[in-house]
Amino acid sequence: MSRLGFRTHGFPHNPTHLSSIGQVRRRFFAQRRKRHGMPVAIVALVILLPACGETSASRGSSSSGDTITVAAAASLTQAFSEIGQDFEANNPGSKLTFSFGSSATLATQITQGAPIDVFAAASPATMKTVTEAGIANPPVDFASNTLQIAVPKGNPGKITGLSDFTDESRKIAICAPQVPCGAAAIQVFAAAKIVPAPDTLEQDVKAALQRVESDEVDAALVYKTDVLAAGDNVEGIEFPEAARAVNVYQIATLRASENAAFAQRFVEYARSVDGQAVLSEAGFGRP
Amino acid sequence: MLPATIALLFLVLPLAGLIIRAPWDDAGDVLTSEAATTALSLSLITATIAALISVVLGVPLAWILAQPALPVAGLLRPLIIVPLVLPPVVGGVALFTLLGRSGLLGRPLYALTGFSFPFTPYAVVLAQVFVALPFLVLTVEGALRAADRRYEDAAATLGATPLTVFRRVTVPLVGPGIAAGTLLAWARALGEFGATITFAGNFPGTTRTVPLEVYLALETNPGSALLLSVLLLATSIAVLLLLRDRWVRRW
Repeated sequence: MSRLGFRTHGFPHNPTHLSSIGQVRRRFFAQRRKRHGMPVAIVALVILLPACGETSASRGSSSSGDTITVAAAASLTQAFSEIGQDFEANNPGSKLTFSFGSSATLATQITQGAPIDVFAAASPATMKTVTEAGIANPPVDFASNTLQIAVPKGNPGKITGLSDFTDESRKIAICAPQVPCGAAAIQVFAAAKIVPAPDTLEQDVKAALQRVESDEVDAALVYKTDVLAAGDNVEGIEFPEAARAVNVYQIATLRASENAAFAQRFVEYARSVDGQAVLSEAGFGRP
Repeated sequence: MLPATIALLFLVLPLAGLIIRAPWDDAGDVLTSEAATTALSLSLITATIAALISVVLGVPLAWILAQPALPVAGLLRPLIIVPLVLPPVVGGVALFTLLGRSGLLGRPLYALTGFSFPFTPYAVVLAQVFVALPFLVLTVEGALRAADRRYEDAAATLGATPLTVFRRVTVPLVGPGIAAGTLLAWARALGEFGATITFAGNFPGTTRTVPLEVYLALETNPGSALLLSVLLLATSIAVLLLLRDRWVRRW
């Protein structure tokens, strides 16, 4: 018997299993406290969320220095990251933000109004998308790249050359035609007079490289620089027709940039002796 | 009042924008082009197969989950809900680690048979089942819970075996729930993108479903992307109309 004078534990008299008013009160207030949890979490999230967008919001208004956003082809990931660090070291207080991806995707985003200051494309064709829309300043060449066959470590598919790309039984990855490395692949296959049998058309060259790194395909056609960047995971096989399709990389500042002078400085740095040294070490050719 | 209006407008206006901006003059050419028809037939076939697999696998699982006295049901339900809240790309990566050519199960499979799932339509179906199955399981489980179990007990007392009870009492009782779940699973499978492009790859005719075709078309032919998007939108609306009150109320 509880203090209340009747049986207070158990079903069906007392579904809450509380035996005293004190317990009822404690349980009620505990639940009241718990109920505040969710609104507090939402408020905290709303306050913290703008911090994620800090980079673009702080452009031009940062007190510490100049900030620009550079959109660059996926194949430039490692080289431009290094160039960016050197550039930031030479210009203390400045901040570079990179957006790496498929040149075709980046071009589409820029024409849709993405807040980019500098665009580095892996082919004149993708750069033309942006210049024809009238939103970029005249581009300049700054590097070149050639294709190479990439195979997983140990070459499990026993690939020897480009002719193996016609083999239906092998798993092959090449870039989609509208992407610079895909366009170069088409030229190379035409030069070698072979019809490839790919299993997947990837949206950017790093995705194709990733297929090789994870041993999902026997071979992929990627840039020489990607094979170098992947290190030991991937082996490269040269082929003669590669010289027939050299991708010329172009770089341009965008008219809508809020920090045009600083953006131009970056372009000049990429074309300077120091910038070119980083690019050639990564495997890029001269423009 | 105001938040509700904003919410409604936010959900409806983008869809209206899609319909308004779509280049309707080109609709005939785009929707009958080879790329669109290939993607559409691949999508319809794989989504239907995925929905059927989901029914065959999902209804028994839902039946287990709906058993009132089963303690393990409490553990199973969060596991089944995970693919619902998991980003689809992560689902694709996860399928990779299991069934990719060098995956946990994929490697022995490849060594034994020389077959690997990625870059085949089978991979598309698998990716779609992964994201659609939880929809069906949860829908059917809800229907089972709402159904009156006493009919099953009555059938059992009249001498029916468990299988007969399941076949002739339980399934007809939750028939509308199963139909609704199948339709939801089919619609989800049709719209699957992230897991498909990561796990199955992207090749016309083999693995390029309509969502992948839309993604590609955004770069090469934005008008075509808009029209295909409207097509998917129309399909979704058709599914919702089929799922209205008549099914929802029953369970």
